[in-house]
Amino acid sequence: MNPVRRRRLLWVIALVVAAGIATTLVAMALQRNIAYLYTPAEVIRGEAGGQARFRLGGMVAADSFKRAPGSLDVTFRVTDGDAQMPVKYTGILPDLFREKQAVVATGRMEGGVFVAETILAKHDENYMPKEVADKMGMAHKKHDVAAPGGTSAAQEAK
Amino acid sequence: MLGEIGQVALILALLVSVLQAALPLAGAQRGVAPWMAVARPAAYAQLLLVGFAFVILTHGFVTQDFSLLYVAENSNSLLPVMYRYTAVWGAHEGSLLLWALILAAWTGAVARFSRSLPDTVIARVLGVMGLVSAGFLAFLIFTSNPFLRLLPAAAEGRDLNPLLQDPGMIIHPPMLYLGYVGFSVPFAFAIAALLDGKIDARWLRWTRPWTNVAWAFLTLGIALGSWWAYYELGWGGWWFWDPVENASFMPWLAGAALLHSQAVTEKRGSFRGWTLLLAIATFSLSLLGTFLVRSGVLTSVHAFAADPARGLFILIFLGIVVGGSLLLYALKAPSSEDAGKPFDLFSRETLLLANNLLLSTACAMVLLGTLYPLLADALELGKISVGPPYFALMFVLLMAPLVLLLPFGPITRWQREQVSKPLAMLLPWAGLAIALAVVAYFMAPQGPLKVAAGVLGAAWVLFGTARFVWTRVRSQSNGQRFTAEMLGMTLAHFGVAVFLVGALLTEGLTTQRELAVAKGQTVELGGYSFRFDGAAHSQGPNYEADRGTVTVFKDGKPFTVMHPEKRAYTSGGQVMTEAAIARGVTRDLYVALGEPLGEGSWALRVHIKPFVRWIWAGALLMMLGGFVTATDRRFRRVAEARNPLPANEPTPEPAR
Repeated sequence: MNPVRRRRLLWVIALVVAAGIATTLVAMALQRNIAYLYTPAEVIRGEAGGQARFRLGGMVAADSFKRAPGSLDVTFRVTDGDAQMPVKYTGILPDLFREKQAVVATGRMEGGVFVAETILAKHDENYMPKEVADKMGMAHKKHDVAAPGGTSAAQEAK
Repeated sequence: MLGEIGQVALILALLVSVLQAALPLAGAQRGVAPWMAVARPAAYAQLLLVGFAFVILTHGFVTQDFSLLYVAENSNSLLPVMYRYTAVWGAHEGSLLLWALILAAWTGAVARFSRSLPDTVIARVLGVMGLVSAGFLAFLIFTSNPFLRLLPAAAEGRDLNPLLQDPGMIIHPPMLYLGYVGFSVPFAFAIAALLDGKIDARWLRWTRPWTNVAWAFLTLGIALGSWWAYYELGWGGWWFWDPVENASFMPWLAGAALLHSQAVTEKRGSFRGWTLLLAIATFSLSLLGTFLVRSGVLTSVHAFAADPARGLFILIFLGIVVGGSLLLYALKAPSSEDAGKPFDLFSRETLLLANNLLLSTACAMVLLGTLYPLLADALELGKISVGPPYFALMFVLLMAPLVLLLPFGPITRWQREQVSKPLAMLLPWAGLAIALAVVAYFMAPQGPLKVAAGVLGAAWVLFGTARFVWTRVRSQSNGQRFTAEMLGMTLAHFGVAVFLVGALLTEGLTTQRELAVAKGQTVELGGYSFRFDGAAHSQGPNYEADRGTVTVFKDGKPFTVMHPEKRAYTSGGQVMTEAAIARGVTRDLYVALGEPLGEGSWALRVHIKPFVRWIWAGALLMMLGGFVTATDRRFRRVAEARNPLPANEPTPEPAR
């Protein structure tokens, strides 16, 4: 093998190795940091079984919000129309957090209660996250609940 | 009536842009001079028409013309006058109009400052820009008309999103768009070069300042967005790896790679094909960013309307632009025998190649993380989101070697360098940086690894760049100028150092507490005592607020008084947190009100964020670097330097 070819071969090998390492790292990092979205009904059916950490999406059920007096501990229930899931959270809630509004909580199940680390509510009061809307579309059809928003003239934050 | 005139102006602008695209491109292909000559007047006419439409829409906002649907949805009679101007780009239609206006402005500037370029080149560049403009104007007119009438007129508008009623938001979108759209110039140039079949270093030199200016504006736009998120969203974070942020960050990374590869191609003739590809990629990513933000396909902390027609339109447009330019590239990419001057394994070219590889890999990594949820959804793998830890980990892995190599770039010669020389120059400084990092590691009260990494990286980049400046200044007596280009690079690299201090020290040293406080209760944090003195009702122009008072003590002495607010906007009832921030060079005190807990007690969020301002200071230095580089006189000597590739760069510059 002449030197030019050998150098080229080395380059190619180096590139393949580098690409391999990069792909592995990316795949590992992705695998560990993705969070699936489930609705309460799906969680109760056990579809979220394997997921230690996931996102729970739905509406905050009416009259379910309670705060332990003088503390930041709150509990509320998330509903998708079919089922409800109790949620526990300690911390400051987003400004747009309200009963009967869409919410996405990230956290894990602990003995039948979803313990949330972060709570997201959307900037626009008429807007529902598209993925939550998709997931809840069926439930809403079945129960004749007001259809989730998402097509209103939403406003832009950035 | 005025609204209809604005509408007509937009339609005329669309026709003009089609003309600006079709005639000059065809003329350049066939060599018909009069057709090519259409390009410049068409560009000016388009700027005039789009500018006119923009003025009319602004007029609608200032005079509160609620018979325009867009005005009625995004303004309110109580809206302060200043925000009536900025409400123009407060939502979808208006910000697209702003985009079109900025594109027209860039096109006009290209038409004005391109006298030195050959007619065929400028005809093609303006033609391609006209094509892009036609796409956007058609999008505007057919799917997002800002001049739609609302009959009968609304009595009252719905008001601008309260989040946008803020000085930072006034200039954030225009700066961001100036950056996004500015990359259409190198893109148009790349397409022109591909159509022409050869890449002349002189034309490339002409595009370099445009790329630098666009990148500088984008840097400013992103920094403003990050700053705004920090003080307006009330969580104290400065970067969330949110899809919309990623959408602006991807073209920034690709643009940073493009700046460097353009320099190599212009000076040495190497990486020609790569530079063209990067120019295409950078602008395509700008378009992709628009698509992601505008189509509502991504779930983001930013809320956007999901209108399938709009998303489809941009997707098709994106497909045409990206697919078309890549096809053109595949057919006409420069052949490998025309590879510029050869270079050795250790040379400035190799270092810049590494820079490009790292930056574009980082860009691809962000792209993957941003699009992965979309792909998974399309393949029915479930609704997923990719968490910030993925981005943070990958980004640190990719940026660490970049920071390590950065100081070597400027002091390494083109073409060939002995490894020992730059190493010998930088070794003492590396030692000093490591020593500082060790000291920082043991001094840091918390997060010692991040602090040490921040100090190490920052000191290394700072000393290494200073070492370069010192050698250049010393050799000035030998008749070598310290050019604006070098100054710009130095500023931008110093910016990297300052940014590293800000980002890593803030991440490592931030302390925060969230708790319930009653009136008179004190929170201790990081040597400061925050006493909550209750919240009182106050009245703003278009909102009501609970205004908290927090007295801060340091070492028992009163230090400052802060007033965090919780606002409820009268129009939509939207609630907003207005954090109070006591600024400082070495730390920010950050207090935000949570919700009322009854009986005068409140949820309170208190952060101490050391060196957080350095993040934006670093970004501003990078921006300044871009602008200063663009002023280099060499870029304007296009006409004089008539010798072909690689033009009048003196023989390999000794760096010392």
